[in-house]
Amino acid sequence: MNISVLKPGLLTTVQDQGRFGYQQAGLVVSGALDAVALCTANLLVGNPETAAGLECTLRGPTLRFETDALLALTGADLAASINGQPVPTSRPVAVRAGTVLAFGAPPRGGRAYLAVAGGVAVPVVLGSRATYLRAALGGFQGRALRAGDELPVGEWSATGVRLFAALRPANLRGWAAASWWAHVTPPRAQPADALLVRALPGPEYEQFTPESQQNFWAQTFGVTTEADRMGCRLSSPALTRHTAAELLSSAVTFGTVQVPAGGQPIVLLADCQTTGGYPRLAQVISADLGRLAQALPGTRLRFQVITLAEAQALYLAQQQRLRALRSTIQLRLIYDK
Amino acid sequence: MADLAAPLRMYPLGDAALVLELGQAIDPATHRLIQAFARLLDQHPLPGLREYVPAFTTLTVYYDCRALPQASGLPPYEQVASYLSALLPAARAAAMEYAPGALVEIPVCYGGEFGPDLEVVAQHAQVTAKEVIALHAHAEYLVYMVGFAPGFPYLGGLDAQLATPRRAQPRPLVPAGAVGIAGMQTGIYSLPTPGGWQLIGRTPLRLFDAGRAQPSLLKAGQRLRFVPISQADFQRLAS
Repeated sequence: MNISVLKPGLLTTVQDQGRFGYQQAGLVVSGALDAVALCTANLLVGNPETAAGLECTLRGPTLRFETDALLALTGADLAASINGQPVPTSRPVAVRAGTVLAFGAPPRGGRAYLAVAGGVAVPVVLGSRATYLRAALGGFQGRALRAGDELPVGEWSATGVRLFAALRPANLRGWAAASWWAHVTPPRAQPADALLVRALPGPEYEQFTPESQQNFWAQTFGVTTEADRMGCRLSSPALTRHTAAELLSSAVTFGTVQVPAGGQPIVLLADCQTTGGYPRLAQVISADLGRLAQALPGTRLRFQVITLAEAQALYLAQQQRLRALRSTIQLRLIYDK
Repeated sequence: MADLAAPLRMYPLGDAALVLELGQAIDPATHRLIQAFARLLDQHPLPGLREYVPAFTTLTVYYDCRALPQASGLPPYEQVASYLSALLPAARAAAMEYAPGALVEIPVCYGGEFGPDLEVVAQHAQVTAKEVIALHAHAEYLVYMVGFAPGFPYLGGLDAQLATPRRAQPRPLVPAGAVGIAGMQTGIYSLPTPGGWQLIGRTPLRLFDAGRAQPSLLKAGQRLRFVPISQADFQRLAS
């Protein structure tokens, strides 16, 4: 029950929904940048939401499945293929032992998620399988995948077994994809030129000048080359405060937009530190955190203001859709018999 | 001295966290109130509590809306705010009775290869290297918070005489266990990271170890004292 890594891709890490409960020890949460996409992929292969999968960045890995496997791809389309045939995303895909999954050179890359039935069964460290690269903790030996790694796969759920059986992959190709697919995040009107994320004013929002406040919501930011799982620095005309007063360090989290002295904002991501001393201009809403997984150097980003009540309603609706997807997949199995 | 009757400020940090601001400056009284509040939350966890992060003047409470009753008619943030407000009187009372946290001794081998900046600090303070060690190891410190990196303690209590500006050029790599000074702060590097603190010594103890049930050696609320040790003791403790 394992997967051989033939080529590691640009940056492929084992991630799950994150490591909670240790932030007071200074330990970052980590986990998938697009937790909803990983969760969706898990549901599509019958896994619990907490199972670990792979986060692939821009150029995905080349993997050989040493045993029969059921997989699902979500997030950005990184042009996955088996034997040169494209593998569709957002649906269960059954593959026979010996199958090689490769990724191409997508025109517009980002981050993709791969779940396999049974989950990637690396050891649980402090309650999670997420990789925290900086402390070499969790995941596969605390690091990004390398050629030659053998990823362990866990026990399949009964749902996973039935989803696999329903696809009857014994055909000649050696693999089969479901005819149905599922999206949890409904497509929303996006400006063609930028990634739109909704945000709430942050704790220090009132310290910024009215011009800076307006500019923050009005302008389009470019993501600079300083962008990784910890955060991404944006380029913009300087955003300034009324005051130069230093702040005492306080909590920061995934989605916090902080503005260092230079005035160029930084959006913190899943591997961000637990506390920081820069003013917090805004906070991206939970329901849109997954969109930040597609913020890579060169991406254009825009922020849209929203109310706290709306943000919480959107989060609850998103979680409700995940629950609905789980039920729908069960119904699908009954229907497919 | 913090005014323990001062009104409490609360504000959201996004849609999944609430910040309690319990003071304005780094002082032991504010720290005691934050610690008392954290202990109360341990005893009476609010529904949906994910975790909390104490800092110098704030306690940030992370919560999950899904666990809050939706039938109550109150939006999730308001429910959390009212729950925490109701705890405040008890927290203030507990802060008055607050017993200081455990005293942790941190062995440090000062100077030599472990403390390349000991002379810099000595010159800045216009004392001898020996006196720097005596002053640094004499004080009792308070762990105000753990942050910046896993297991990294922010300590209060440095003798003002030892305050030394950061290095003009940060080192590309500071080893774990390095003990340093930056302005009025002293601290211990918990992981190998780049850093600009003036390094005066090193501890063989591991401030962060994911293999331990309590991965961070230190937590907010503890007291700390540095104990000078010889190079031979360092090697023995490190092995």
